[in-house]
Amino acid sequence: MDDLLSEFLTETAENLSVLDVELVRLEQNPNNPELLSNIFRLVHTIKGTCGFLGLPRLEKVAHASENVLGKFRDGELIVSPQAVSVILRSLDTIKGILAVLEKTEAEPVGDDTELIFFLDALAEGRDLPGGGGANYPTSVAPVAAPEPQPAVPAPAPVIEEAAPARDLTVAPPTAPAPVPEPVVNHEPPPPPPPPPSPTMGAGAGDEARDSGGGPKESAVAAQTIRVNVDLLENLMTMVSELVLTRNQLLQILRSQKDSEFAAPLQRLNHVTSELQEGVMKTRMQPIGNAWAKLPRLVRDLAHELGKKIDLQMLGADTELDRQVLELIKDPLTHMVRNSADHGLESPAERLRAGKIETGRVTLNAYHEGGHIIIEIQDDGRGLAIEKIKAKAIQNGLASEAELSSMSDQQIVQFIMKPGFSTAAKVTSVSGRGVGMDVVKTNIEKIGGTIEIKTNVGRGSTFVIKIPLTLAIVSALIVECAGERFAIPQISVIELVRAAADSEHTIERLKGTPVLRLRNRLLPLVSLRELLRLERDEEEYNEDETFIVVTQVGTYTFGIMVDKVFDTEEIVVKPVAPILRHIEMFSGNTILGDGSVIMILDPNGIATASGEIAMGADSVGKETTVAQASRQEDKMALLLFRAGDGAPKAVPLSLVARLEDVDLASIEYSNGQPVVQYRGKLMPLVPIDPGFTVRSEGRQPVLVFAEGERSMGLIVDEIVDIVEERLQVQLTADRAGMMGSAIIAGKATDVIDAGFYLTQAYKDWFGSSSTDAYEEEKLQRVLLLDDSPFFRNLLTPLLTVAGYHVTACENATDALALCEAGEDFDVIVSDIEMPGMSGFDFVQAVRRGTRWQEVPVIALSSHASPRDLDRGRQAGFTDYVAKFDRDALLYTLSQTLTEAKGAA
Amino acid sequence: MSTKLPAKKTKGDDSVADGSKEFVTMTIADQLFGIPVLQVQDVLGHQRITRIPLAPPEVAGSLNLRGRIVTAIDVRLRLGLQGRPKDKPGMSIVVDLRGELYSLMVDAVGEVLSLTNEDFERNPATLDPRWREVSMGIYRLNGQLLVVLDVSRLLNFTNMEAA
Repeated sequence: MDDLLSEFLTETAENLSVLDVELVRLEQNPNNPELLSNIFRLVHTIKGTCGFLGLPRLEKVAHASENVLGKFRDGELIVSPQAVSVILRSLDTIKGILAVLEKTEAEPVGDDTELIFFLDALAEGRDLPGGGGANYPTSVAPVAAPEPQPAVPAPAPVIEEAAPARDLTVAPPTAPAPVPEPVVNHEPPPPPPPPPSPTMGAGAGDEARDSGGGPKESAVAAQTIRVNVDLLENLMTMVSELVLTRNQLLQILRSQKDSEFAAPLQRLNHVTSELQEGVMKTRMQPIGNAWAKLPRLVRDLAHELGKKIDLQMLGADTELDRQVLELIKDPLTHMVRNSADHGLESPAERLRAGKIETGRVTLNAYHEGGHIIIEIQDDGRGLAIEKIKAKAIQNGLASEAELSSMSDQQIVQFIMKPGFSTAAKVTSVSGRGVGMDVVKTNIEKIGGTIEIKTNVGRGSTFVIKIPLTLAIVSALIVECAGERFAIPQISVIELVRAAADSEHTIERLKGTPVLRLRNRLLPLVSLRELLRLERDEEEYNEDETFIVVTQVGTYTFGIMVDKVFDTEEIVVKPVAPILRHIEMFSGNTILGDGSVIMILDPNGIATASGEIAMGADSVGKETTVAQASRQEDKMALLLFRAGDGAPKAVPLSLVARLEDVDLASIEYSNGQPVVQYRGKLMPLVPIDPGFTVRSEGRQPVLVFAEGERSMGLIVDEIVDIVEERLQVQLTADRAGMMGSAIIAGKATDVIDAGFYLTQAYKDWFGSSSTDAYEEEKLQRVLLLDDSPFFRNLLTPLLTVAGYHVTACENATDALALCEAGEDFDVIVSDIEMPGMSGFDFVQAVRRGTRWQEVPVIALSSHASPRDLDRGRQAGFTDYVAKFDRDALLYTLSQTLTEAKGAA
Repeated sequence: MSTKLPAKKTKGDDSVADGSKEFVTMTIADQLFGIPVLQVQDVLGHQRITRIPLAPPEVAGSLNLRGRIVTAIDVRLRLGLQGRPKDKPGMSIVVDLRGELYSLMVDAVGEVLSLTNEDFERNPATLDPRWREVSMGIYRLNGQLLVVLDVSRLLNFTNMEAA
């Protein structure tokens, strides 16, 4: 039997047995919303799966029941015993169909119109024909019976049931095709769907199952069984204890020569090791198992929705704890379904938006810093913020006022609320608002988090982060100062032995150890110093040591250790709460010999070692050869420290001056700290709003100036100036941050200067909120502005928004670029410029140059309707007020989309 | 090696009714301490402990107790006393705090005592503040005093760092 089908049968059988119980409970407590939504979800799942498997009859019945349940849930219908019996009846019908399905792999032909008619009547609130519940038991038989009854000869199930499994040619009378192979997934503990005719009692079902289990097992020898995870956990503990005992025995053996126990103990040793390994393995499964049914699901979905979908699955062999896997399976399916259904547009829409016809859904799983990350990414239309807002108001989740103060990030979170769906129409696939809340609940149950990134027109990414608590990783065991540590193998690149007599020797730069490795200088970190491992009397030679070359992001460094042992598969366990503040460790574990060992966190070490490097004046030159390809894009960045966390950076070109302000000279104007600076008052803004200005001492201040105005950003320490390509890798949702980039080998927060400027002068740009976009395909923008300040401000802003920016200070230079054969997707130009004005420039461009088709957006401080008209006449595609950065970004993306559509 | 406490099998709860409680006693630097018997999971002899670099000095390390990782706390250091001389192996009492196991390293573990409330006294006002923080009160015994340790406070290191 098809894996998918057999899995569906097992799963549905489980769901149905839960449903039976839940529905009866519901009848008793009709007002329990939790119960209702649980029932609703279960039916929804059944319906959804039926749809994919091509079981129209089942799907119709489930769909109709779901409609009724949906009304219950929304309070539009009252739960009445007769309504419940109709639902129960539809469940019986489903069971009947399933029973046949299990035998023949095909849905029986049959007619459920009467049942569906009842369900629909219920859903629409009509009175039930035939006078209510009392009639149902009698009407059950004609509807449901014709199919299941011949298939399952209920009265004598014991022999008959077993027979088809044992002897494959004896098919039940209704079976249109012979059963090609028996049901593989028949596992004793969760029983297969009881094959009842609706009249069959529960007792009879059990009997049939129990006795049916035996012969089936012998036929296929049930290749899988389900075992309670607690049992496995217990086994694991016992095995660990066994290992300990074995170790003690071996210890004793070592002190006794020629013992007659030697041989049996050796045997015990091996068996124990194998047992331990085996028990460990029972818990782990590659995540690919949970993905196995997705390609089919997506294919069918694509078919049904008339879309072209390409499903990519990366990292399928990432191992996950079995229990965790079970719990994320359904959420993953839901999310992939959502991405394909809601996220991706139809081929026509995609072409219009300038994308390729085939939408892509990418699943990616990997280990990262003590977590397993699973990304579900689509390149579809992204989440519609406005729709979510409207829906949130409609559902009473938030008021308009509350929404207006929320960031997009916060608004997106609403899709995780129960009953929230923005899909305009309810399809049989999804859109009932079941799903994301289930997803969230399930993920949080295992201590995970889910994050949503969305980008209108470019797609959405859901990032699930699950703690690695139970996952197995391969680790390198090293020793330093007599202590052993584990380093996750994933970050280890190579091992180098350094000694005075070998080809590798450790050299020192002002006390800092470095190693020449293949014509590169590798910075070294001494684990001994980092962990402050005291060295007592024992003499050791620091120049003879092992170096574990480790990579974190693009930063490569060496960890100096005394000895290197083997690699071992370890189960990461979190450290005790009182030790969690130590960043060097990502967890601890018990090794095969029973000893506890700390697991080093390469990220933490990189951070700590980076700080050491910062302290010494050795920044500036990064040793790795990262991103050397785009030399011309390098930008001078000022690195500084302020507030907590990572070092911060700001494009140096934005900073007018660096000043050291005497704190005693600070005065307060309108509650804001100001200093007299060059005969004017300059407002001071701290990076961290909670920062209190001390009254004594001196404080470094970055001065930003434009024309007459200047403001000072208070920082703790100015660290360095580096030339680096600004590549924002993580976008931040915190006000004042553009995101994080790797600068001088360290994760660095890139400051959004604009945010702080508005803190000083509310009208500097008008309202601002940081809108950061993921970098995707670089579109080329020519920025033309005579003010160096705006050029320097907009260049990083647009870069962060995913554009490749070329800046020009006057129209002549820009036209020269045109002559030179440069191409741009869009031009953004200032109006007031010395020499050739923006109007002249655009007219020149439109007069038959190579750029005459390129959209040109005007950028001006004057944005009156008259100006707008004039701009349009001159040939500008659009007109944006200079200080409205959001409008600029919006207009850019609009213009580019339109231009593409036209092309 | 671990020994299950026989005391666990006695009726610890019933005794509360008649105004007495049961304590596992232990000695640290010749002073008698007690921990309510129901909080005690195990009593251990000398164990191999993995040191944890960068941890607070009171954290002696971690050890493996039947497959669970237990954090060992040197109670001497926690109480502001000198570390135990190297030649004395010491013993440990394993307690559970919010699902995490901690092993309290003491000099010796004694018998289980059932103490009546009549002998109970609050902490003397003059007690060393460090001890007062972790002591729930004092029992007057024949010939010596027993300090009742409050396990959750003993394991609360944040207060201590501020002190």
